[in-house]
Amino acid sequence: MQKNFNGKLVKEWVIERCIYLSGIASIIFVGLIFIFLAKEGFSLFKTVSVSDFLLGQKWYPISTPAQFGILPLIVGSLYVTLGATIIAVPIGIASAVYIAEVAPVKTREILKSGIEVLAAIPSVVLGFIGMMTLVPWVKNTFHLPTGLTAFSGALMLAFMAMPTIVSIAEDALNAVPKRYKEAALALGATRWQAIWRVIFPAASSGILAAVMLGIGRVIGETMAVMMITGNAARIPNSLFEPVRTLTATVAAEMGETVRGSDHYFALFAIGIVLFIITFFINLIADLAVHRKLK
Amino acid sequence: MNPIIQTRNLNLFYGTFQALHDISIDIESKMITSIIGPSGCGKSTLLRVFNRMNDLLEDVKVEGGVFIDAKNIYEPGVDLVELRKKVGMVFQRPNPFPLSVAENVLFSVKIHRTAAFKEYGDILEQSLRAVDLWDILKDKLKTSALNLTLEQQQRLCIARLLPVKPDILLMDEPCSALDPIATAHIEELMDQLKVNYTIVIVTHNMQQAARVSDRSAYLYLGDLIEYDSTEKMFTIPKDRRTEEYLAGKFG
Repeated sequence: MQKNFNGKLVKEWVIERCIYLSGIASIIFVGLIFIFLAKEGFSLFKTVSVSDFLLGQKWYPISTPAQFGILPLIVGSLYVTLGATIIAVPIGIASAVYIAEVAPVKTREILKSGIEVLAAIPSVVLGFIGMMTLVPWVKNTFHLPTGLTAFSGALMLAFMAMPTIVSIAEDALNAVPKRYKEAALALGATRWQAIWRVIFPAASSGILAAVMLGIGRVIGETMAVMMITGNAARIPNSLFEPVRTLTATVAAEMGETVRGSDHYFALFAIGIVLFIITFFINLIADLAVHRKLK
Repeated sequence: MNPIIQTRNLNLFYGTFQALHDISIDIESKMITSIIGPSGCGKSTLLRVFNRMNDLLEDVKVEGGVFIDAKNIYEPGVDLVELRKKVGMVFQRPNPFPLSVAENVLFSVKIHRTAAFKEYGDILEQSLRAVDLWDILKDKLKTSALNLTLEQQQRLCIARLLPVKPDILLMDEPCSALDPIATAHIEELMDQLKVNYTIVIVTHNMQQAARVSDRSAYLYLGDLIEYDSTEKMFTIPKDRRTEEYLAGKFG
């Protein structure tokens, strides 16, 4: 009896430790990744100043002397991200409202699974499809010398951000208690007034979180952007010119650098910049969600 | 007698289930009428016929006539917005919008555009005074309605109905989420309101029906068993089933 009891205690202890270790592991891994990133990235600033790096207009990593100004890359990422956000956010929120509040039950189920499928398409596949269909279309429609532009990238990324935005915003709208809608309708509100004046404000923090996570997805996206934005590391004058994003730069050049060279460190420094940007976006999303819980 | 709501041979079906059987009832103006009966007898269903809230459910069929001010509200082409301005509803659980106190009260005015911006202050004060909330809330008009006590929330829900000047207030067990003291306050309020409004209240609390209502209707399994002045019904019920229910033999 006594032995059996001890056995149970040991088993409990082992299980508890295992769960603890798995929990702590994710934190340790993130910590290690960040330390590595910081160690490699900050080495660049021994030779290049932070302002030359962030505000420099020329990204010539393999010329002599090499220049590591990432402003064109930041602007490229900004153009593509802003463009994708402007396209994806209104459409994404509108379709979330449609699915959550307007669509008949059957249509709702079909649309929801459709959106899940859209989220499951690998980005390289979307990039390839974009290259074959979207790029020529942009070239011909806007009479451009090339269809590989920031606009094409924004359009493509809008597709990728949409499933995130729609499904999270839809959850937020569904979480609004039905009694608010009932109250609004009983006061003589039309369905649209009930949505716009009551349900939407009640779900606003969840919708904001959806938008931020969608933007996070866009900024971090690499493959599709690399395939269709043209990869010209210069500051574009408009959305209809080729650009190169931060992510695409790292992905395209990492294979060709010499380990320990300035170029190599510069790519890691870009990684830090990306890390900081996504960190803040996730932070805003997180704050929005927690404000809702209060 | 001056009936404001009349139903004639009203039948209501949820799919194949018949929830209301052949109900004909005249509800008098400027009085409190209570609808009582055991759970599932169709009380709330009948109440929701009067502002057509049953329309929100799928697969509901209504037969027969329902007249408000002698106009059939189930005729094709009836304006639901106008109907619901005229017939306000208070729900079982207080359901103020997650907006400020002021926005709750002014909600109907804003969506129906029945008043100019400069009248908002007066409307706010009148509506909140009518439910005795003005003195408590006049400095807190901007706070979220969700911070109020349940009783205050339910009062606010009543105040929210008043700016569009309804004739009828439907109350679906308005006190079931409240404690006895708050219940007494809401009952007092109903008594004040009946000077200006016709009130129809659904309650499973017989004492409440006896205290507040002028007339009572007893529903059982979708049938209107008895409808009379509350005093008569509670002292000398005509039907044996009413008597048994009032005596607490089943509930």
